[in-house]
Amino acid sequence: MIRSEPPALLTGSFSQASLLRLYHRFRALDRNKKGYLSRMDLQQIGALAVNPLGERIIDSFFPDGNLRLDFPGFVRVLAHFRPIDDEDPGIRDPKEPEPLNSRMNKLRFAFQLYDLDRDGKISRHEMLQVLRLMVGVQVTEEQLESIADRTVQEADEDGDGAVSFLEFTKSLEKMDIEQKMSIRILK
Amino acid sequence: MTYRVGEAHSMGFQVFVPFSPWSWLLLLVALKCPEASSDLNESTNSTAQREPNVRFAAAGSEPDEKISVFALDYDYVQIPYEVTLWILLASLAKIGFHLYHRLPGLMPESCLLIIVGALVGAIIFGTDHKSPPVMDSSIYFLYLLPPIVLEGGYFMPTRPFFENIGSILWWAGLGALINAFGIGLSLYLICQIKAFGLSDVNLLQNLLFGSLISAVDPVAVLAVFEEARVNEPLYMMIFGEALLNDGISVVLYNILIAFTKMHKFEDIEPVDILAGCARFVIVGVGGVFFGVIFGFISAFITRFTQNISAIEPLIVFMFSYLSYLAAETLYLSGILAITACAVTMKKYVEENVSQTSYTTIKYFMKMLSSVSETLIFIFMGVSTVGKNHEWNWAFICFTLVFCQIWRAISVFALFYVSNQFRTFPFSIKDQCIIFYSGVRGAGSFSLAFLLPLSLFPRKKMFVTATLVVIYFTVFIQGITIGPLVRYLDVKKTNKKESINEELHIRLMDHLKAGIEDVCGHWSHYQVRDKFKKFDHRYLRKILIRKNQPKSSIVSLYKKLEMKQAIEMVETGILSTAAFSVPCQAQRIHRIKRLSPEDVESMRDILTRNMYQVRQRTLSYNKYNLKPQTSEKQAKEILIRRQNTLRESMRKGHSLPWGKPAGTKNIRYLSFPYGRPQPAGRDTRVAELTDNDSSDSELPSIMFKAHSRAGILQESRLTQEIIPMKSLPRGGKPSHFGYQRNTSQEEHDGRGRRGALRPKPLFHAVDEEFESGEESGEETSAIRSRWSGEHRPTRQHHRSHSPLLQRK
Repeated sequence: MIRSEPPALLTGSFSQASLLRLYHRFRALDRNKKGYLSRMDLQQIGALAVNPLGERIIDSFFPDGNLRLDFPGFVRVLAHFRPIDDEDPGIRDPKEPEPLNSRMNKLRFAFQLYDLDRDGKISRHEMLQVLRLMVGVQVTEEQLESIADRTVQEADEDGDGAVSFLEFTKSLEKMDIEQKMSIRILK
Repeated sequence: MTYRVGEAHSMGFQVFVPFSPWSWLLLLVALKCPEASSDLNESTNSTAQREPNVRFAAAGSEPDEKISVFALDYDYVQIPYEVTLWILLASLAKIGFHLYHRLPGLMPESCLLIIVGALVGAIIFGTDHKSPPVMDSSIYFLYLLPPIVLEGGYFMPTRPFFENIGSILWWAGLGALINAFGIGLSLYLICQIKAFGLSDVNLLQNLLFGSLISAVDPVAVLAVFEEARVNEPLYMMIFGEALLNDGISVVLYNILIAFTKMHKFEDIEPVDILAGCARFVIVGVGGVFFGVIFGFISAFITRFTQNISAIEPLIVFMFSYLSYLAAETLYLSGILAITACAVTMKKYVEENVSQTSYTTIKYFMKMLSSVSETLIFIFMGVSTVGKNHEWNWAFICFTLVFCQIWRAISVFALFYVSNQFRTFPFSIKDQCIIFYSGVRGAGSFSLAFLLPLSLFPRKKMFVTATLVVIYFTVFIQGITIGPLVRYLDVKKTNKKESINEELHIRLMDHLKAGIEDVCGHWSHYQVRDKFKKFDHRYLRKILIRKNQPKSSIVSLYKKLEMKQAIEMVETGILSTAAFSVPCQAQRIHRIKRLSPEDVESMRDILTRNMYQVRQRTLSYNKYNLKPQTSEKQAKEILIRRQNTLRESMRKGHSLPWGKPAGTKNIRYLSFPYGRPQPAGRDTRVAELTDNDSSDSELPSIMFKAHSRAGILQESRLTQEIIPMKSLPRGGKPSHFGYQRNTSQEEHDGRGRRGALRPKPLFHAVDEEFESGEESGEETSAIRSRWSGEHRPTRQHHRSHSPLLQRK
C-alpha cells in the first residue's frame, strides 16, 4: 500500500543520520517487533494521549484506512516537518513533484487534520469539532458554535459555508508556516 | 553547645562536631558579636557562653528584688528573632512579588531579594543597631551553601543534561577558567598603571578576585525568559553552567588561597603551577566520585525503608550533606560531591520512597535553599549599606568592563569550537543569550566577603567591586534580558490576529508538539542504551525495592479519581449532551454580522480557554515548584477522549455484544499476541457502555480502554478492578466510568513510580483476558514512555513476554 512515489523523494530529503535515527525510533515504537506500527503503538506514546489532537495526529499516519504503518510511511509523514531548505527554490526542477516539506504541503497536512471526510473543504461542523477538541470545558456550546461560525465566515470567500483549501491557505498567508511546522531535529 | 571556630583565613578544615543543619541557629547564638565585623575572634565564644549564664545567674543572685510582672528581655532572643524576621520579610516580599503576576516575567527574583536585603541593611544602619552576626566562612560553607547546591543538583533534568554533557563540561569548565584568569590578568595589568593607585594589589590577589567574580548564577534569569520557549539544549547549557560553576570557582578559590598562603609570589615555580592544575582535576573528579558513592549508598538504604517512611527524607538529606562533608574532609570539592550525589540518588530514590516522602523531599529542599539564599542576600544588603566600602573608580569600572568582555570572548570562542562537534550547533542567537545571562549572584558575594583580611589588605575594595558587579548584572541585565530574548525570537508580536489565525496557530503548535513526541528524543543511542542495559541489569536490582506495596496507593488513587469524577459529572462535563453530534440540519447558513466587541470577546474566550501546548522543556523555576494547571487540562482531554470513544461505540460500531457467559469472551480476544489488528475500528471498540453493563462482561475491553488512554497508574487500577468486575454483572458502572481518570496529579513524580510487576491476580485471570495482558503490558509501557525519562521499556516488555508466551 505504499503510494508510488519516487524513492528519491524519501531518501533524498533526509540525511543519512536522520534516517538512521528515525529508523531507531520506528523500531523502538514497534514494541512487538512486528516490523510495522499499528495504531496501538502510536497510542502508547503517553504524551500524545494528552495532546488534544492526539487521535487526529495518529490518524494522519494511517491514511486511507490503513492499519499498518511501515517505515516509508512513517518517514513520509515526518518528512512534512522538515525545515525548509534555504536553497533558492528557483533552481528546483519544476517538473519534479514538490518536496513534502514545502509550504503548500505543510499546509495541506494541517488541512487534513480538519477535513476528516476528505471532501476538500472544512465545513462548519468540522471546524466545530476541532474547536471542541482544543478548548477547555468551561466554554459553552453556544460560544463554541459562534466561534466556529466566525472562523468559517472569516475565511470563506465564495460563500459556500465551508473553507476550501485555497481559502485556508489564503487566510494563513501572513503566518510563518515554515517555522511553525518545522521540527529542528529532522533536518 | 561548643563550637571551636578556626581562624577565618584558614580555608583548611576546622574541627567540628557534625550536627544537624538547624543547629546553626544555636551556633549563631554562640557567635554573637557586639559589632558588625567581618573578623572572627576567639573571644566571642567566651562572651556567648557567659551570656546565657548571665540570665540565669541573675535570677539567683538578686533575691531581694520584687518579681516583675512584666519584663522585657530582648537580648536573649535577639539573634533567632532577627533572623526569623529577615526570613519572614523576604517571604512576604516574595508573596507580594508574585501577586502582581507580571513582575516575575520582568525581573528575576534575585532583584527582589537584593532590594529586601538592602532595605534591611538600611534599617539596621539607620537605627544604628547592633547588627546580628554576620556571615563567616564556616557558616557559609557548612550551612548556607550546601542546600543551594543540593537543590540545583536535585532538580536538574538528567536526560538532557547527559545528552549535552560534553558541551556543558567544556563550556562550564573552560569558561570558568578562561573568565577567571582573563579577568584576573587584565585587572593585574590595570593595577600596574600607577595612576590608579592600585599597585599594591599583586597578581595572585587579582587572580583570586577574577575567580570569585566569574561565578555566575544564570538560573536566576531563567524564569524571565521562560515563555520565549528557549530550546532545550540552550536551557541545559545555562543550567549546567550554573551547576558546575559554583563548584569550579570555589575550587579555584581554594587553590589560589593556598597559593597565597604558602608562597610569596616570587617563590612560585612551574612545578607548583602544575601541582595546582593537577590538584584542580583531582579535586573535581574526586568530589564527583564521592558524590556518586554516597548517592548509591543512600539509594540502597531507601530500599529498606518501606515501614518507616518518615525517615526517608532524613536519609536523603543526611546522605547528601554527608557526601559534602566527607569530600570537604579530604579537601575535595564538596559542591561537586553533593551535586553528583543528588543526581545519582534522584532516580532510584524517587522510585523507592513513598509519595509523601517524595513530596516532602522536594518541598523541603526548595525551602532550605530558599532560606539560604535569602540569608545570603540579606547579608549582602547589610554589607551594602554601611561604612566599610572603598570606592576606587578605576578598579570598579574596569572590573565591570572586563567581566563582560571576557564572558563574550569565552562564550563565542568556546562555542565556536564545540559547535564543530555537535549535531545541532548553537546559533549565534543562542550564544548571545548565553552571553547575556551571565548574571552574578550570591556566590560571588560570599566568596568576596570571606576573603581573609590578613592576606588581602584591600579587601574592602574587592567587596565593593563585587557588589557593584552584582547589582549591575542583576538589575540591568536581569531586567533587560527578557525583552532581548523576545526580540531575538523575532516574533510578530503586537499584531492582533484574527480568530482564524489564532485557532490555526494553536492547532499547528499542538500538531508540532505531537509530531515531536512521535519522533521522541534523539540522543546518542549507543551510550545511552549501554547505560540503560547496565542500569537495568544490575543497578536497579540492587537499588530498587521489590514488591512495592500498592494497596494504599491504589486506594488513594481510586478515592481521588472517584471524587474528581463525581465533580466532573456534577459540573456537567461528562453529560452526553455536551458531546452529541449536532444536527447538521440546523443552522446551515447563519451569516451574522458580528460587532467588534463580539469578536473581541470571542478572541478572549479562545485565548483564555484553549489548551496549552505541552512544553517539552521543563519549566524550572528556582523559587517555586511547577504549578499543576497542566494536569487539569490533561484530565479533561483524557476524559473527553474516553467519552468520544464511548460515543462511537454507542453508534453501533461494536462487535456483537451480549454473548452468554459461557463463551467467556474468547472471541473478543481475537488478536493474540502478534497477529495484526483486525479492522481498525475494533481497536476503538473498547468501551463498555455503563448502561449496558448488565449485558456486558467484558472487563477485558476495559483494558483496551486503558491502553488507549495511556494513563499512568491505570495498570494498577486494572488489577484491582478485575476482581470486582468478575463479580456479578450488575457491575459498578461507577468503577467503569471513572477509573480512567487520570492520575495526572504529580504526574512528574508519579511517572517514575515503581515498576509494574505482574501480580498473581493478573495471572489468575489471564486465560480469560488475554488481551488484558497485552494491554497490561502496553499500559505499563505507556507509563514508562510517559515518564519521559529513559526508563527501560524493555524491562516491561521482558517482564510480560513470559506471560504472553504462554499462550
